[in-house]
Amino acid sequence: MTPAIAIRDAAFTWGSGFAIEIGAFEMAKGERVLLLGPSGGGKSTFLNLVAGIVPPSRGHIGILGTDIAELRGARADGYRADSFGIIFQQFNLLPWLSARDNVLIPLRFSKHRRKRASPVRKSAERLLGSLGIDPALFRQPAGNLSVGQQQRVAAARALIGNPGIILADEPTSALDRANATVFLDLLFEEIDGAGSALLMVSHDEALAGAFDRVVRLEDILRVDRRAAA
Amino acid sequence: MSLLRLAILSLWNRRLTALLTMLGIALSVTLFLSVEKLRTGARASFANTISGTDLIIGARSGDVQLLLYSVFRIGNATNNITWQSYQDLAAQREVDWIVPISLGDSHRGFRVVGTTTDFFEQYRYRRNTGLKFAEGQPFGDLFDTVIGADVADSLGYRPGDSIVISHGMGRGTGAEHDDKPFQVTGILAKTGTPVDRAVYVTLEAIEAIHVDWQGGARIEGLSIPAERVRNMTLTPKTVTAALVGLKSRIAIFRFQRFVNDYEEEPLTAILPGVALSNLWSLVGVAERALGAVSLMVVMTAILGLVTTLLATLEERRREMAILRANGSSPGTIAMLLTAESGLITLMGTLLGLGFLYVLLFVFQPLLDNRFGLYLEIDAPSMRDWTILGAIVVAGIFAGLIPAWRAYRSSLADGMSIRS
Repeated sequence: MTPAIAIRDAAFTWGSGFAIEIGAFEMAKGERVLLLGPSGGGKSTFLNLVAGIVPPSRGHIGILGTDIAELRGARADGYRADSFGIIFQQFNLLPWLSARDNVLIPLRFSKHRRKRASPVRKSAERLLGSLGIDPALFRQPAGNLSVGQQQRVAAARALIGNPGIILADEPTSALDRANATVFLDLLFEEIDGAGSALLMVSHDEALAGAFDRVVRLEDILRVDRRAAA
Repeated sequence: MSLLRLAILSLWNRRLTALLTMLGIALSVTLFLSVEKLRTGARASFANTISGTDLIIGARSGDVQLLLYSVFRIGNATNNITWQSYQDLAAQREVDWIVPISLGDSHRGFRVVGTTTDFFEQYRYRRNTGLKFAEGQPFGDLFDTVIGADVADSLGYRPGDSIVISHGMGRGTGAEHDDKPFQVTGILAKTGTPVDRAVYVTLEAIEAIHVDWQGGARIEGLSIPAERVRNMTLTPKTVTAALVGLKSRIAIFRFQRFVNDYEEEPLTAILPGVALSNLWSLVGVAERALGAVSLMVVMTAILGLVTTLLATLEERRREMAILRANGSSPGTIAMLLTAESGLITLMGTLLGLGFLYVLLFVFQPLLDNRFGLYLEIDAPSMRDWTILGAIVVAGIFAGLIPAWRAYRSSLADGMSIRS
């Protein structure tokens, strides 16, 4: 079975100052992996590499069977739109767009997900509903929502059209403990329904119990700042 | 959700800055179009100072000079046409009508024009518009006078008022024809041409007020009262210039040559249209400078647009990171920004065009009455559309600068959120 993510011997160099090397990283379809690591540990570069936003200077980055290191420019962007749902720490939403329109953004860039989510408005509203957003808020500008609500809207956006992989970058760090638990429970429930893989980056080891596997960033990644000084 | 909708919603989110930027463009476009309108209006008004006259004849001189003193009443004739020559020219078979003009005197700064009642019938301006009387009628008596609209306006004259003509252009030099006052019988309607700024009397009246004058001064000891003058033969000895209409326009050049080669005395005949455009090419420099200045204003506004877009770019990095994470290519983000500046410029330009028509509707009567500048309210000309189109294209191109910046920074930022 093709893995969701398979990285072998990849490296990325930024200008002359900064380089990271990834020996090997793999996760199966539908698997939930928690990636533990401090901020500044090359975490965002790793995510940018996985999502195909920056191309590696060498190596293979296999995403759902396609080596995205081979894809260039707009094709990599299209592949990202098809394969990934992404949730950031915070500021996930365009505050001037309604909650529902925020959820619909990835469908603008992915034909596959648009097809799968059709009829799109209904799907968006169903996702928002099951993530505990009051229907009265669907058409509210996302900026009016609480941080907890915003993270759940972001989750709905990541999930719409069932992308193969959900990337979550410390999605609970802006939430209090109670909100974080509710958020993760809802997220897991939806991910299970969709059958997506989940790669979540966090520094919170307490989350480990909810995941299939825990990987430490420093075990797969070597950061070289040699030239940075 | 289409890209355009995203651009519009994003703009709506920043509606205050967007609106101000748009307003800046709108105002500069209005300024530019107004200047264009005034420019073409002034040129048209100028070209329309005299129409329907085929030739203007005066003593031998340059054509601009002849035009200046005969039509604009600026400067003086170097010489006059003898009455015999005038009579001879009038008798030529090509001539349909001829109107004499005799200059030299003034009334409180306004030129006095000796002519015949034909002047009021034959003088045409603005595409063959004839002169109209706002009040009263043409002169009937020897000492009647008709005054232009500006004269009546600034001196407050009404029909029936009595006025005194001064000798030459001197005001208050004592050289007054005060023994022979004139009575205002008519006031011409406003034309926006030099016709408004003159006092009209008969040729005979010019003769009459000078019977006891010689060489610019009263003849010592000789004073002929007005009542006696009426019984004298008042045939003019000279006229300053003549406006001529020909029976056929085909004859214009032949008749012009005939006048220029006139054997009895050296004369010049000019085509008013040609002389007007010669004169305009002299004063047109200011017009072109005005156009250049307003074009610079438009460029400044577009530069302002670039500045605003660049300034908002920093706060929009979050927006771009979100779009990038959701699969947008950097090219799409660049397109969004270009679409945005295009949209602002397009709306600004249309708004500016709207402002222009509001201004035109409000100020057109005022400009016509106060300055004699008649502006046509018509659809934008092809030239206007071309310029407006060029402004929009310039706005789109201007958007490429922030678009390029956004493209670069979204490549570098990736999905990391800067807030």
